Amino acid sequence: MTTEVITTSIDDQPHDLDPNKPLVQVKDLEVSFKTQGGDVHAVRGVNFEIYPGETVAIVGESGSGKSTTATALMNLLPGNGRISGGQVLIEDKDVAKLNQKQMAALRGHVIGYVPQDPMSNLNPVWSVGFQVREAVRANGLATGRKEVEARAVEVLQQAGLADAERRMKQFPHQFSGGMRQRVLIGIGLGANPKLLIADEPTSALDVTVQKTILDRIESLTRARNTAVLLITHDLGLAAERASKVIVMHKGKIVEAGPSRAILADPQHPYTRRLLAAAPSIASQRIGATVAEDGDDEGVIELASIAKERHEEAEAHAGKAVVEVKDLTKVFSIRRGGFKSEDLTAVDNVSFEVHKGTTLALVGESGSGKTTAARMILGLETPTSGEISVGGTRLDAAKGKELFDLRRRMQPVFQDPYASLDPQRSIGAIIQEPLKVHKVGNAKSRQARVEELLEQVALPSALAHRYPNELSGGQRQRVAIARALALKPEVVVLDEAVSALDVLVQAQILQLLADLQTELGLTYLFITHDLAVVRVVADEVAVMEQGKIVEAGTTDEVFANAKQPYTQRLLDAIPGSGIDWGV
Amino acid sequence: MSDKNPHYVAPHEELDEVQIDQVKLSDRKSTLWLDAWRDLRRRPLFYVALAIVILITLMALFPTWFTDVMPRDAELAKSNMPPEPGHPLGFTRQGEDIWSRIVYGASTSLSVGLITVAITAVLGIPMGAIAGFFGGWVDSLLSRIGDIFFSLPYFLAAVVVMTVLSDYRNVWVISLAIGGFAWATLARIVRAEVLQVKQQEYVQASTSLGRSRMSTLINHVLPNSITPAIAYLTLALGAAIVAEATLSFLGIGLPNTIMSWGNDISQASITVRTAPMPLIYPSLALIITVLAFTILGELVRDALDPKARARR
Amino acid sequence: MLRYILRRLLQAIPVFFGTTFLLYFMVFSMPGDPILAMFGDRTPNEALYNQLVAQYNLDQPFVVQYLLYMKDLFTGNLGVTFSGRSVNEVFADAFPVTLMLVTMAVIFEFILAAGLGLISGLRAGKFSDQLNLVVALVLNSIPAFVAMFFAQYFIALGLGWAPVTVGANATWSTMWLPALTIALTLYVVGMRLMRGSVIEARSADYVRTAYAKGLTSKRVVPVHVARNSLIPVVTNTAASFGALIAGTTVTEGIFNIPGIGKVLYDAIIGGEGPTIVSFVTILTIMYIIVNILVDLLYAVLDPRIRYV
Repeated sequence: MTTEVITTSIDDQPHDLDPNKPLVQVKDLEVSFKTQGGDVHAVRGVNFEIYPGETVAIVGESGSGKSTTATALMNLLPGNGRISGGQVLIEDKDVAKLNQKQMAALRGHVIGYVPQDPMSNLNPVWSVGFQVREAVRANGLATGRKEVEARAVEVLQQAGLADAERRMKQFPHQFSGGMRQRVLIGIGLGANPKLLIADEPTSALDVTVQKTILDRIESLTRARNTAVLLITHDLGLAAERASKVIVMHKGKIVEAGPSRAILADPQHPYTRRLLAAAPSIASQRIGATVAEDGDDEGVIELASIAKERHEEAEAHAGKAVVEVKDLTKVFSIRRGGFKSEDLTAVDNVSFEVHKGTTLALVGESGSGKTTAARMILGLETPTSGEISVGGTRLDAAKGKELFDLRRRMQPVFQDPYASLDPQRSIGAIIQEPLKVHKVGNAKSRQARVEELLEQVALPSALAHRYPNELSGGQRQRVAIARALALKPEVVVLDEAVSALDVLVQAQILQLLADLQTELGLTYLFITHDLAVVRVVADEVAVMEQGKIVEAGTTDEVFANAKQPYTQRLLDAIPGSGIDWGV
Repeated sequence: MSDKNPHYVAPHEELDEVQIDQVKLSDRKSTLWLDAWRDLRRRPLFYVALAIVILITLMALFPTWFTDVMPRDAELAKSNMPPEPGHPLGFTRQGEDIWSRIVYGASTSLSVGLITVAITAVLGIPMGAIAGFFGGWVDSLLSRIGDIFFSLPYFLAAVVVMTVLSDYRNVWVISLAIGGFAWATLARIVRAEVLQVKQQEYVQASTSLGRSRMSTLINHVLPNSITPAIAYLTLALGAAIVAEATLSFLGIGLPNTIMSWGNDISQASITVRTAPMPLIYPSLALIITVLAFTILGELVRDALDPKARARR
Repeated sequence: MLRYILRRLLQAIPVFFGTTFLLYFMVFSMPGDPILAMFGDRTPNEALYNQLVAQYNLDQPFVVQYLLYMKDLFTGNLGVTFSGRSVNEVFADAFPVTLMLVTMAVIFEFILAAGLGLISGLRAGKFSDQLNLVVALVLNSIPAFVAMFFAQYFIALGLGWAPVTVGANATWSTMWLPALTIALTLYVVGMRLMRGSVIEARSADYVRTAYAKGLTSKRVVPVHVARNSLIPVVTNTAASFGALIAGTTVTEGIFNIPGIGKVLYDAIIGGEGPTIVSFVTILTIMYIIVNILVDLLYAVLDPRIRYV
């Protein structure tokens, strides 16, 4: 861990608590939500304890009840939710039985909270300083205007916000995501609580920022002997940060124990599935020669998929299907009045994607990877440079030529909830490309829809249904089917699996790999997630501020990154520093 | 440490051993429109409002089903007289039958409402959609034009139009005077919605599969941005009826030769202190009609907005 | 902020010219003789006719007419009404009365909208909320002129709580009934906005975070729920201020309040076309000005807009 010098004032002395007396006891906790369709039981009989100073992680997919459990600890369930059974004891006090005032005294003071989304957790109409001072005052940390102000600045400084004094007067929308998260950490830890609940504190942030934020939380809590309850979907991250891991699934705990033990030797089939599907861990196991077999529990072995695909690709290694040369995009950004500023989003980018292989374009937000993808899809006009698809120049194509070119290249986008027109049936969505390009007649199109649904492993009855009945993963399958309808050579996958839960993500990655082999597809894979890259890509190009800073085969780049930026990205993958002992 | 952190493993059978991400379809289809319709059918107020609207439509189309008395039959001797058999609501100052005048006035209110809404929709929806979807200078131009109309309070504009066109006062002119200035609000609503919808990835997917911009706008963007416009238009129908009545009340709406609740209220206002009923009955007709359309608009808006539905 | 104000003012210039041009166009380029059209069924005498031709420069080409009209507008030379008083003079007498009426109405409206909206939002789905919504729906459906008559007949005449007509004696105490009636027909939109944003704010992440800080609802509700929800209500109320300045015709006519609306009302009833045009132009300009102020107010209240 990075060692940071933390300025600690007298109030922030480490807690001196009996390490054998639990701080939090959760006993048979049940939480239910009232909905139109009756009560929904989000948490069903959960038991665990948190001791002073320890870090516990709850890991689970969306809908597992992990965040609900965390909010139940603070008795902050949304209006239609309630603790319907069991107990939550904080320092032996039952939170369900406390009145509003007692509960308020507990919050902030005993339990600090760092929420998930830094964008929505600060009130947009008050200055940052106001919101920190409010927390300081509520917890009686200081009285008097000057003292409160001083303490608020100190809290922000401790959270690692540079130039805190000046920034007090600014408003949340003037802060970046990382800065806002520091403010929230400052607020959460401001009263030196005995327990900090961190609910996916970094999932909305770029990987390199994630690491510094997590390091900051860790060093602050360690210095003060604060217990931490970390809620995350990422097993790697949980293992790296917590001493104890609790795996939740559908409102229940499926496995709990010391993190190393669970990761090295998962007992429950669900945990095993989760572990096998997590790309961050697969990336560590890629070298394993023997893929675990005999697991007929639906475990998707990303490692073995990657290996298979790799051999496949080497056999193919054909000519370049997509050629990009000196691609540049300059946006003109208005700066009030008539002034404008040029922003070079993509700067002299060149690469090739070979037939039947996958090139991953990796970068953090603002790196220009998505703009590059949009230009290749013909959704954006390049400022300069050349794009060729199968030997035909795309950047110069117009009208009919461009129309025909589009058949050869289709996209799959990130957000499964936004990529399908909600007012069209699945069948209509999948056959839309055929209709637009006037392929076949009604009957043959119908047949093609069924074929495509089968290819993406969806029942053909779905053709007459609408997207709102489908899960995120299923929608993404439909989007893939639509992309394949015209039998394109190239599929551009723009963060196509980023919004999905681990297991579903693995399933979609598997599907993509199968389709690639079956149909000889070429993929351009746009992502921020290096861990995923490891298992899907043959070649990688790392983008930073519009430029490709490093490119090469996946093996080369991962084994031997030449650029410090690439190395930083690699280091930031949660769990990368842990020896899994497999 | 180990006593604090025992390795717990849940019994395996507790895990549903199903395939990941299995497709679970409900028994019935579900689309935005179907769901909205189901939602509407569950609301008793919807039936009340619908019944009133149907009743008024029938009055407008077949007034003789509701009364045998002609609205212009005036007996001065019966001026402001109370109800009597065959004349359930009594008489106006001119001795006309109030009920008959209300029945015959329905068609005016309804026509003005419908024509105004049609004009508003025909002007507002394309203006807003094109401005929002194409952006750039098209947006700037159309939005500035919209701003100009938006900055002219439409009641005042209608006052001026009706003053200048005093020789041509009829249902069409008054609808044009109201709708010709009310569309700017609708255009803003549609534009805002289109701006949101066009960011959706399905719109980009449509472009990248080769649809032209116009085709994408018509096939994907408009159908998904139309719901707030529908709700607004239902509410605007009520507002147009009120505007006509107000202009007629001021004497610059429809001439007295056309049956209009606004005209009747205006006539009755002269003797409101001594005989309030000739004023109150047409007012109630107006209120009930507007209320029915308002309720309908509200319910449709709620039904089409899944967020609002969840909130209830 | 200064840049925002400047930009907003700059945007208003084309709107200002566009709107006045549109008005002018409607009056003076309709087929037929515009002056005769303004008089409707009546015919002006020759002297008046010639005076109007001169005043509106009708012997000039259309664009010149418009420009000269704008010059008159800026120099405050708007001619005279039929009674012989100058438009300026009439305006100066009537405007304070309208301003008073509208201010009172807007205050009532704001209190009703914010208060009832907050209660409804905090108790969403409960009986008091449902009742509130139904009452609002009914009030919203009563046309203003009908509401005025009902208030006049039942409250002023029936109960005798307020004067039936205001007349020359326009004060806060004589005008409360028309002001309250205006507010009752208008508060619904603001109330809905308030209710909606209170419901939204209650489940907002930043409100949960505020509770997590250790604040009690005594602080969270006013500071984090109500404060955020007030933004749309304040701007809506302010916008209705503009609409009211432009639209008290019916109210002032029925309650005989000697404001601008009454002048317009009399001009409409009396068929004084030129006076209608002059006052509509003035009211439209005021409406545009108030709308600019509303946008600036919005920027003051919402920091996200201020710094764009």
